[in-house]
Amino acid sequence: MPKVRIVFDRVRLEEKMLEEKAIDLGHDTKMIAAKITNVSTERKKSDFDFGDVVLERCVSYFRGLHFTACLEFLDVPVLNRFEVANNCGNKMLTSLLLKKHNVPTPKTYFSFSSESAVETLDKHGYPLVIKPIIGSWGRGVILLKDRETADAILEVRELTDGPLDRIFYLQEAIKRPPRDIRAIAVGDQVVAAMYRTSTGGFKTNIALGAEPVPCEITGELEDICIKASKAVGGGILGIDVMEDEKRGFVVHEVNNTVEFKGLAKVAKRNIPKEMIEYAVNSAVR
Amino acid sequence: MNCPECDANLKIPDDASVGEIVSCPDCGADFEIASKNGSVCELKHAEKVGEDWGE
Repeated sequence: MPKVRIVFDRVRLEEKMLEEKAIDLGHDTKMIAAKITNVSTERKKSDFDFGDVVLERCVSYFRGLHFTACLEFLDVPVLNRFEVANNCGNKMLTSLLLKKHNVPTPKTYFSFSSESAVETLDKHGYPLVIKPIIGSWGRGVILLKDRETADAILEVRELTDGPLDRIFYLQEAIKRPPRDIRAIAVGDQVVAAMYRTSTGGFKTNIALGAEPVPCEITGELEDICIKASKAVGGGILGIDVMEDEKRGFVVHEVNNTVEFKGLAKVAKRNIPKEMIEYAVNSAVR
Repeated sequence: MNCPECDANLKIPDDASVGEIVSCPDCGADFEIASKNGSVCELKHAEKVGEDWGE
């Protein structure tokens, strides 16, 4: 049986579910703590016990991304691949790839200084949604309703002045019901989907308390999700979809180290089982 | 074992694994299990939620 390894930095329910399912399926399974694993240019795959396939599950995006680079250097099959993690971890790269591959996605504007961001806002009108290009759980995602709010947010960006704060990602506010859809794509299948209904604000993240409600996986939903998955390079991905009043489905994000404890409560299929089986099959291929 | 912060009794479940977070019921401090050897655990302060954390 193939050996499955799960790389983590914090054990969440998802990592426990994956470990348990891999053991249930009969795989030699080990958890590998990224924070205490040292890799170097001088080491080889045989120096480690990375098994036949690794699921990279770090909660820290940059830690996981760079660990993935090391695994690929060692020729260890890893999900998701570095290229995919890089494409999904950066919202700007994701938006560019979605559009490039003709996946319906909200109109998104990129500016590289606060002055240009103001020009974009004045030109396209309010509201627009500003998002940090790297980050999750809805943090820093703000609806800019007017010039006053925009000025305040842009001023804070200038004060914090991190390297990524100089890149301004502004997205049209989609007219939609107060919910979005999270679908999990595993390879070329959507294995589960749910509606995430906002608890009051415009954000619909489960991390912010949105309630998971089952969502039927229609052919149309599956098509757009698989197109989005392919656009970023494929693998095990969380696709976020909104229902635009006029255009229908639009994909606004693709998530790399997908969290699924909310979705697992309402899904018909066993999500960790689908993930482990796909990982093993990918490694064996 | 006792909480490294306030010395309260800290119960760590037998099936807890390295990387899991335990919280002190008295002072609320969060600790990460850094290593585990049988029932002996080494704790360290849990990492703060980073800007790059999430999916």
